[in-house]
This record gives sequence, C-alpha cells and structure tokens, in this order.
Amino acid sequence: MKKTHIALLVLIAAAIVVLISYTGDLSSYETIGSAKQKEGKFVNLIVKMDKSVPVQYDPVKDPNLLQFNVQDSVGGKISVVYHNTMPTDMEKSERLVLKGKVQGDHFECSAIVMKCPSKYKDNPNAMKNQPVTISN
Amino acid sequence: MNTTKFIDEHLFPGQIGYFLTILSLVASLVATYSFAKAFFSKELEVQTHWEKLAKIAFIIESVAVVSCFVVLFYIISNHLFEYKYAYMHSDKNLPFQYLLSCFWEGQEGSFLLWSFWHCVLGLVVLATKKKLGESVSGVMMVLNFVQFCLATMIVGLFIFDMKVGSSPFLLLREEMNWPILARPDYIHLIKDGTGLNTLLQNYWMVIHPPILFLGFASTTIPFAFAVVGLINKKHDWMDKCMPWATFSAGILGLGIMMGAAWAYESLTFGGYWAWDPVENASLVPWLTLVSAIHACIIYRKTGSSLKVTYLFFGISFLLVLYSTFLTRSGILGDTSVHAFTDLGMNAQLLGFLLIFVIPYFVLFFVRFKHMAEPLKEEAIDSREFWMLIGSLILFLSAVVIISITSIPVFNKIFGTKIAPPEDAAFAHNQVQVFVAIIIGLLTAFGQFLKFKGTTKAFLVQKMKAPLLVTVAISIVIYVFVGVAYKEKGIGFEGAIYVALFASIYAIVANIFFFGTMQKWKLKSAGSSIGHIGFGMVLLGILISSSNKTVLSWNTTGISPLRVESNKSPAGNPRENITLFEGIATDMGKFMVTYVRDTFDILDKRFFELKFKEKKTEAEFFLYPDVLKNNKGMEGFSANPSSKHYWNKDIFVYVTSFQDNSKEDTTSFKPHQISIGDSIFYSNGYIKLEKVLVNPNANRPAGSNELVLQLAVTSKEGLKYTANPGILLQGMTLQANLDTVKVQNLVLSFNKVVDQQKGILEIGVKESASLTNLITLKAYEFPFINLLWLGVIIMTFGFGVATWNRTNKLKEK
Repeated sequence: MKKTHIALLVLIAAAIVVLISYTGDLSSYETIGSAKQKEGKFVNLIVKMDKSVPVQYDPVKDPNLLQFNVQDSVGGKISVVYHNTMPTDMEKSERLVLKGKVQGDHFECSAIVMKCPSKYKDNPNAMKNQPVTISN
Repeated sequence: MNTTKFIDEHLFPGQIGYFLTILSLVASLVATYSFAKAFFSKELEVQTHWEKLAKIAFIIESVAVVSCFVVLFYIISNHLFEYKYAYMHSDKNLPFQYLLSCFWEGQEGSFLLWSFWHCVLGLVVLATKKKLGESVSGVMMVLNFVQFCLATMIVGLFIFDMKVGSSPFLLLREEMNWPILARPDYIHLIKDGTGLNTLLQNYWMVIHPPILFLGFASTTIPFAFAVVGLINKKHDWMDKCMPWATFSAGILGLGIMMGAAWAYESLTFGGYWAWDPVENASLVPWLTLVSAIHACIIYRKTGSSLKVTYLFFGISFLLVLYSTFLTRSGILGDTSVHAFTDLGMNAQLLGFLLIFVIPYFVLFFVRFKHMAEPLKEEAIDSREFWMLIGSLILFLSAVVIISITSIPVFNKIFGTKIAPPEDAAFAHNQVQVFVAIIIGLLTAFGQFLKFKGTTKAFLVQKMKAPLLVTVAISIVIYVFVGVAYKEKGIGFEGAIYVALFASIYAIVANIFFFGTMQKWKLKSAGSSIGHIGFGMVLLGILISSSNKTVLSWNTTGISPLRVESNKSPAGNPRENITLFEGIATDMGKFMVTYVRDTFDILDKRFFELKFKEKKTEAEFFLYPDVLKNNKGMEGFSANPSSKHYWNKDIFVYVTSFQDNSKEDTTSFKPHQISIGDSIFYSNGYIKLEKVLVNPNANRPAGSNELVLQLAVTSKEGLKYTANPGILLQGMTLQANLDTVKVQNLVLSFNKVVDQQKGILEIGVKESASLTNLITLKAYEFPFINLLWLGVIIMTFGFGVATWNRTNKLKEK
C-alpha cells in the first residue's frame, strides 16, 4: 500500500469522524408541546404570532427585550422572550421559525427567522389574485 | 378564448424575445450535434464539414443569446410593466445602474447571464483553436450541451402539460388573474413595478453576479476537457486546460468574495460570511477547483494523481450544478435567507443536475482501470506528496461543508426533521480552523519542496529565515492584537492562535520563495503571489473574526441590578443601544450622538451619528440608513455604514427607530407640591428640591424669574434633573418648560398656589411621542482590510498564472 493511500484513508476517516460528531450538534424542529417536554434543550419551533396578546417592546426602557406570544399549527401556545430588537416585519409575518429553548413558562429565543407573507418570495402564486402596487 | 383587444401594449419586444430564446435553444442543439459529429468522426473531411456547420450554429446561438439579453434589458429599462419580469423586478425610480441588478434578481435573467458567459468563453475557445488542438470540438460539444440545458430553463414551453423553463418574456396578464388585467386599458392602470428588493440596491449587486456567473460558467471548460479526455482515453489535455482552470478559480474566488463584500456592506448580520447555504454552495466548487488545479500540476510533473484530477475537475462543475439546484429549487426554505424564488421547476433543475452527474461518473468508473499511474511511491520529502495531501484536505473540507449544507435535501428525501445546530457558524468554524492550519502550513513549506524529493540540507537552508521572521511577526501579533474570542473555550482559542501562525507562515514563506527562488520575476510567480494572497485572506478572516468586538454594549436605561437577572442563556444578546436624538450616549470608547436624519431622493432615510472618541476627542460621522421595503413587505431594511481605518472598521447599523411624527394629544396634569415633596409619574417619581429666585443673571431687565429644581428618579434608579420656570415681566407671565426626553416627560411650573405654606403647582405631561430614537448595533472589525487586500492579491496571482501558462502554450 502506498503512503498516499494510507494518507487518503486517514483523511477520509477524519472527514467521517467530523461529520458524525457534527450530527451530535444537530437540533430538531419541534411543536410547542414537544418542546415543553424537552425543557432546556435547544429546538426550532415553526409557529405564528398569537395576535390576541399584544407584543411588548419598548426601546426606551430596554431595546434588548421583546416579549410576544405564539401558537403552532396543533394549537400549542407559549410566550416568547427575545433579547434583541423587534424584527421589522415580525407582526406581518405568517410564519416564524424560532430557535431557542423552553425555560420554565416561556420560550427563551435566541434567533428568529421570518417567513414573510411574500406574495413573491416564497410563493409566486400568492400574488396571482392580488396586485401589490396598483393605483386607480 | 380571450378576445379582449388590449390597447397600448408593447408586444413586439416580447415576441422577438420568445423567438430568440427558441432560436438559441435550437441553435445550441444543432451545435451540440454537429460538434459531436465532428468529434467522433475519424475522417478529416467529415470533421471539417461538421465543424463548419457547428461553428455557424454556435455563432447564431451566441447572437441569439446576446440579443435576448438586449431585448430583456430594453423591456426593463423602458419600464414596460406589461411584462411580468419588468413588473416584478424593477420600478421607475431605480437609478440606471440598478437596472442591471434587476436583470439578475430573477432566475431567468441570471440563467441568461450564465448562458451569455458560455457564449463568450466558447468564442475564445474557437479563437484559440490552434493551441488547443483536436479536443476543441469535443470541448465545444460539452459546452453547447450545457448551453442547450440552460436554454430550456428560459424557453417557457409546455410539453405534454409539463412546463419547461420559465420565460422572462411572459406578460403580466398571462400569469396573473387580477380583475383589472381584463380591462383593455389595463396598461394605464399599472403605475409602477414592485421594484428591486431593497437589499439588492447596492453597487456590489451590479458587479458581483456577473463575476460570479463568469466563474460558474468557466468551470464548464475544464469539465469539458475532462469529459473529452475520458472519452478519448488521452490525458494530454491538462496543459491546455490549465490556463482555463486558473482563470476560473481566480474569477470564481473573486466573485464569491464580492458577494461577501456585499453582505458586509448591506446585510445586517454583522459580518461578511455567515455559512449560509447560498454562500457555501458557491464556495465548495472553488475549493474543489483549487484541489483539481493542484492535482493536475502533480500529474503533469510526475504522472501520478491522474484519477483524482479527473474526479476533482468533474466534481467542480457538478457542484456548480448542485448549487444551482439548491439555491433555485426552494429546497433550502427555512435555512437560507437569500435563495432564489421557487419557480416550480424543481424537476427540471434536478434533471439538469443528473444529466451530467450520472454520465460523468459512469464514464469515470468505466475508464478507472485504464488510468495508469506509476507504481513507484511518492517520496515523503517530495512536493507532490504534500501537494496531494493538501488538495485532498481541501476536497474533504468541501465534502464536509456541502454535506452539512445538504441537510434540507436529506430532510426532503427521508422525511426527517433535522435542523441546524444551535451555533451553526461555530459548527463550521471549529472544523475549518483546522483545515486552515494544515493548508496554511502546506502552502508555506510545500513551495520549497521539489518534485520527486528534496534534500534535507536544502530545506533547512531555505526554510530557516522565513520561519524566524514568521515567529517574530507572530509574537508581535499575539502581544499587540491577540485573540479576543474566548466564548468557545481554550481549545478553540488555541486553534485560532495556531491558525494565525500558519497563515502568517504562508505569507512570509511565499514572499521569501518569490524573492530567493524566483528572483522577484513576475512571470513565473503566479503561484507564490496567489499563495501570499491566500495567506492574507486566512489571516484577515482569523484576526477580524476573532477580534470582532461589540461597541454598543447596552448600559443605559437599565439599572445594574436588572442586568444580572436579565442575562439570557442564549449568549450576549444585549448588543442594541438606544440613542435619543440630540443626546450623547456612552458607547465604550466613544460618545455617540444621533444628530438628525435626512431623506435622499430615493426615500432612503439617513441617520447622522456623531462619534467622538473619548481619549482623543477625535470626531467622525457615520450615516447608516434605512429604506422602506418594497414588494408588499412591511417595515424597513437597514443598510450599515462603516468608518474605515487602515487597521480597523467601525461598523454600525440601525436596528429599529421610533418617530415622533405622531400628533401629541396628551395634556399637562396639574400637581400641587411643596419643597421636599415627591409626586409620582408612570415610571418613577419627581421630587421638588428647591426654588431658585432669579438664577439667570442675563434675564431681561425688570423681570423676575422663579425656577424649580426638580429631581426625576426613574423606576430603574436613573436620576435626571429638570428646571421648569416662570418669567414675570410687567404683566406678562412666560412659562419655560423643561423636558426629560429619556423619560418622555415635559414639566412646567404653573403657579404659586399658597405663598405662605409654600405650595406650588407643577404640570406633568407624559408624552409617548416626545423624542426620536433609534436602536443601534455597532461593531469593530480589526484588520478587515487584510482580507480584502488578500483577495485582490490572490486574484492577481491567478491572473499571472493564467497569463504565464497561456504564453507557454503559445511557445509550443
């Protein structure tokens, strides 16, 4: 066996080890219900805003504190604490992906990925029946 | 059947456009077939016959593609909103240069751009035919087949109910069901398009896509050479391919880093690289292409590494196709912030990928046994041994990155619900820092090794000086710059220190190599210059990322007690600071004042921020801006602004802002108070400390003034003072209000109620719309210019290599 072949095998083994160890860091998408059972574990939630509870954000008092409520498609509800500014489009967003963990009674959120109701970006058909910029 | 007669539509450009797309589709098919005939034929006469035909077809195709480009640009620049592409991607207010960005905002335009570069490259191949020899028709066959596939993407035909491609020349009324589109005069009702995504309105977006797509398109040529080599079982194409490969790697690298520069300047994640799937998908082909170039050099010098050369060149192009599939199919969905719109062409995109992947690998494995490599073993002190190790590591690093990026694909296939890790960027960084260490070291000492073995004495003699210099520079950097990144523990911090050393070593050793071995001769120095640039890129990334510091740590508005209890487990999210208009706020090394805001003609709102360094009193201004989102989205998108120093950037962006444009409807509430008393307001209390009589010497003559000294204490424990007063001049009474902006308080001194008992009346108004405020994030990136300079030098190195290898071909 050539030295290069040995080196090749060692390197491939290293790459496989890296990938396997990476799988240990992976997280999962959960419902609010299942996330509550895994308190303290980092999860991703796919939710929408619960509009019945007002969003609390006052940059005068603390620009790094945002509190709001969300619900998921199977009816689970939870309040969310996010230590950052309020993303501009959040209240219009149809779908939010929240990254973080459940802590006690609330979801401690570290990142919000928004899915805008974009007529355009996610679903080219959504705009089909409703123009955006038409003025008569 | 629609029988409405529509008035004032401009249908002619679209009809030409349709014709041109179909023409380019047919011409590319004819060219593919004819070049194939020429390539597979053994007789010279037949060859020339088919070649002539093929060339004509290719030129027709090129003309068609370029004309298509012109027609689409005509539609966009003349604001013909009856066309969906113009309506969706542009509006009338766009400055001229961004009309080009509109062009490639959509998938169709970017496919056209890709196709355009293939035409240019194909013409260059034909022009340099003499140098490239007999493989030209084979290369052109592959190139034209890629062109054919690209043409199907924009042809927009329905074949057996299946939509093939999406045409950029579709009319709005053909796609949308809006009631007004049924009116004959609908064209006059559409006042404007939905515009170009605000984030793309940046000059980098004018130049980055063309360069990146030239990079993508140019990977086709080495791939085509490899296909021809596999079919012919002849491996003599490598010399001819090398200038193409180095050109491609240079341009692709430049294109990727221009994208990084765009992200740095106009996206607000606070950096230039976020390991976003879209970024990864373009980086990975570059990594494998660089591996391929190195494997190819080994083969040409020693005859070994033939198989990996074929594998790497092939896979670089295939990864370009794979990244096309990832970014355009919508499969990345939740994981990427900037993928293309899903046009419902997933099956076609997958087909585009597989039609190249499957035949290439079948061909590769059929030929595998015939690729003879020398039995002799590579010496451990030879250049080829370490070069091969290096290219394998780059390749495997690419494999790791693309595997992680492909998690959404995995989820789709197996129905799993795997999500990225908590700290997705760190998951990449912790692996790639070791790749950087090894590659940095190999880049340094590999240069001094000779093919087929090096004597120890030579190595020791040549390596001593660069190593000493590296150690010296490293110590200086460790002491004066260091690594501020301690969040991930001592292990990762240590790895960064080692990687810093390795990248400095790469720079220094290659400068020495350029001087001592190549005697500063530019002609043959492509590799050492490229490696110097690469080392600087590594060094720039390591220093700027590991020492990135947040300047806007929030210390205002919160009492020391609350900071503890609020600390989130998610790290350090308190990076936003609130600035009130006109009030200087403490921000680490600086006092920062939000001076005012202004609008430009495009409705961009600039916030003028004054930074004053505490130590030196030096002042500068920054102008981050926000632009109202278009395309029906609410809110604003923020553009950062940065102050460039030679050794660092101060980088700020507005995270939110609040206007006082609302009508102020609240009124003053009267309170009776005497000295020493306190009254409450919603967020704390106000204490009357004393009454000052005529405190201002420069009041108007003959007037009397009473001024209150009020101490305002907020719930959070912050103290402010306010001095409302009254000025009595003859019979007129003038009230002087005072405000505590931060607490939204307006205070007035109304009157004296009872002079004997010392009871006064003050008015308290709490107004939510008192003050303009913004929240801001500010970072400092040290030595980021090293990264950009490194990119320029590396690209220059690739350029020199391309030029030199082209000249060598001429000499033959």
